[in-house]
Amino acid sequence: MGILQQIIFAILAIGSFYFVSKKVKEIYQNIMMGQKETITSDNAFRLKKTLLVAFGQQKMFKRPIAALLHLVIYVSFVITQIELLEIIIDGFLGTHRILYFSLLKGNFLGDLYTFVVSSIEILSLLTFFVTIAFLWRRNMLKLPRFTKSELLGWPRKDANLILIFEIMLIFFIFCMNTGDKALQLIDPEKHHETGNFVLSTLLAPSLATLPEMFVHFIERLGWWGHIIMVFVFLNYLPYSKHLHVVLAFPNVYFSRPEPAGHITNMAHIQKEVASMFNPDAVQEETNEETPMIFGAKDVHELSWKSLLEAYTCTECGRCTAMCPANLTGKKLSPRKIMMDTRDRMEDLAKGRREHGPDFKDNKLLLGDYITKEELRACTTCNACVEECPVNISPLGIIVELRRNLIMEQSDSPNEWNNMFSNLENNQAPWQFSPQDRLNWVSELNG
Amino acid sequence: MSDYKVPVMAELAAEGKAPEVLFWVGCAGSFDQRAQSVTMAFVKILNNLNIDFAVLGPEEACSGDPARRAGNEFVFQMLAQQNIATLNMYNVKKIVTACPHCFNTLKNEYPELGGNYEVVHHSTFLQQLINDGKLKVEGGEFKGKKITFHDSCYLGRANDIYEAPRAILEKLDAELVEMKKCKTKGLCCGAGGAQMFKEDEPGNLRINEERTNQALEVQPDFIAVACPFCNTMMTDGVKGKDKQDSIKVFDLAEFVAKANKY
Repeated sequence: MGILQQIIFAILAIGSFYFVSKKVKEIYQNIMMGQKETITSDNAFRLKKTLLVAFGQQKMFKRPIAALLHLVIYVSFVITQIELLEIIIDGFLGTHRILYFSLLKGNFLGDLYTFVVSSIEILSLLTFFVTIAFLWRRNMLKLPRFTKSELLGWPRKDANLILIFEIMLIFFIFCMNTGDKALQLIDPEKHHETGNFVLSTLLAPSLATLPEMFVHFIERLGWWGHIIMVFVFLNYLPYSKHLHVVLAFPNVYFSRPEPAGHITNMAHIQKEVASMFNPDAVQEETNEETPMIFGAKDVHELSWKSLLEAYTCTECGRCTAMCPANLTGKKLSPRKIMMDTRDRMEDLAKGRREHGPDFKDNKLLLGDYITKEELRACTTCNACVEECPVNISPLGIIVELRRNLIMEQSDSPNEWNNMFSNLENNQAPWQFSPQDRLNWVSELNG
Repeated sequence: MSDYKVPVMAELAAEGKAPEVLFWVGCAGSFDQRAQSVTMAFVKILNNLNIDFAVLGPEEACSGDPARRAGNEFVFQMLAQQNIATLNMYNVKKIVTACPHCFNTLKNEYPELGGNYEVVHHSTFLQQLINDGKLKVEGGEFKGKKITFHDSCYLGRANDIYEAPRAILEKLDAELVEMKKCKTKGLCCGAGGAQMFKEDEPGNLRINEERTNQALEVQPDFIAVACPFCNTMMTDGVKGKDKQDSIKVFDLAEFVAKANKY
């Protein structure tokens, strides 16, 4: 590889890392504008969840066919990182297949190299078929969870673009390996043997019948095409639902350990009510300032964990497909809750970029993005939480927004207002006196 | 005339006694007519097995579940702290309840407010009694009948209890059939999250109608429930289909009490 290619590579590589790191920093800041929440799990719990749910994709297998297809892409993605690492080293140093020539050639590791690259080829071919299947499923099969209204427009384009990027990555990998092998067949003196990879070795003889210059072009097209697609994808990732390939891991690592039925306590209200019951009690002085907010009306009032979840969501819609409210035609879609939360953060980030750090608009997550009709349809049944393959809780966000509606905006359906006053006055949601709580006993012995 | 005993905590305490277990009746179990018969069935079981229990009676307040889930943390905290004060005053150690919502709140949300008790749902409680050989369940009128169990969200997904209710039903010598959506995939009855206490949001169908359709698909003789709100929702759903004469909705405690002719 010539020095000119090395320079171009270095510029592209450094440029792409620079731009992606800027965007990553912005996302980090967005997540960190959330409220403090201490995830109370211990390391053993976190490790177990990360291994089973994130690496092991345990929850994906609730839908076995989709899980298998997804697994192919996932394993293929992970193992291709080895070849990507080599491409990056080769690019900076101007070498060719450095892992093979400098480290592995001539010992058993050489066979390992052949094995790894062959595995990449086979998985890439499988991934190609899976990608086609996914494109078909999304655009032709019209599965309900892929045709909901929240996917219209950009989310749908995003999903298709990701699949098209994957096809291009695979195409270029095969150009590269087949071109390389064909060159070795044409002129073994100039192009040293790098082992026989299972699929490119099959394809190479036909390519080798073409002029060397053309074959060389195919090889370079493959190498450059692949790495450029990687840089493009890398920079596209933070804007896309595909960000889950990275964030699924920290998101699962920070899974909340409580049973799904547990709803977060509001410590400052707990204290206030406690002092109401017992005004003489000495208030425990804590250095920690508990924020006096009543749920959330905008993203910065949500927990950082909910914000991380919003960036982790890959819009698969398993939550929405199982949501009882959505299934019966209500407006609520748990997936939309996550998408709206992310959109809101991105809109705020864009505003800050364009108008400075003090940017404010006249919008709120509650009302302008998520309506109260959606929030009020939730039965807190945890179906969405149960379904999510990466342990996202749309319910966590719904509860915080509901809290704001009721406690800050006093916006409550009349029936709920009646229920609240019954609860306050009679300690029951209905208008019955506490003295009547044992009326059934007389019927029992009647 | 039967004479079932329902000891009240305050009276026991006055005599210097403390029961082994507190039966948390819940608001539905106290006031809702349908749920009252579940309460009575459960008390009959407790009496028949000579279990040392008591109820709080007028001192029991709503657990706070619907208030917290609607978004009213103030009302939740008032109820929860009041209950915890009462329970701690009586030095309560173990609580059993037939309501998964009370169960969830008492078990998972009271500890961080200073209320630490062993809380069990009546499904687990009854299963334990069966396992210990204390409770024998014969099929009785349910022998050979088709029963489908509707999972309550606050028992199942919220607290991972799927097997205990089924273990009890299996003792009835009945045919236990599962709905297409069951266990972790079980469809909500539509009452949770304080929906019980307000009108539905606009939609095509009520959730309990959808769930009833799923139950009817397996053509059961009985729909088994383990929650007073599921009970109301499924009973309404069956009535809506005009099937109330051929399909009965019963709680686990009612199955046991009826099978044993208590």
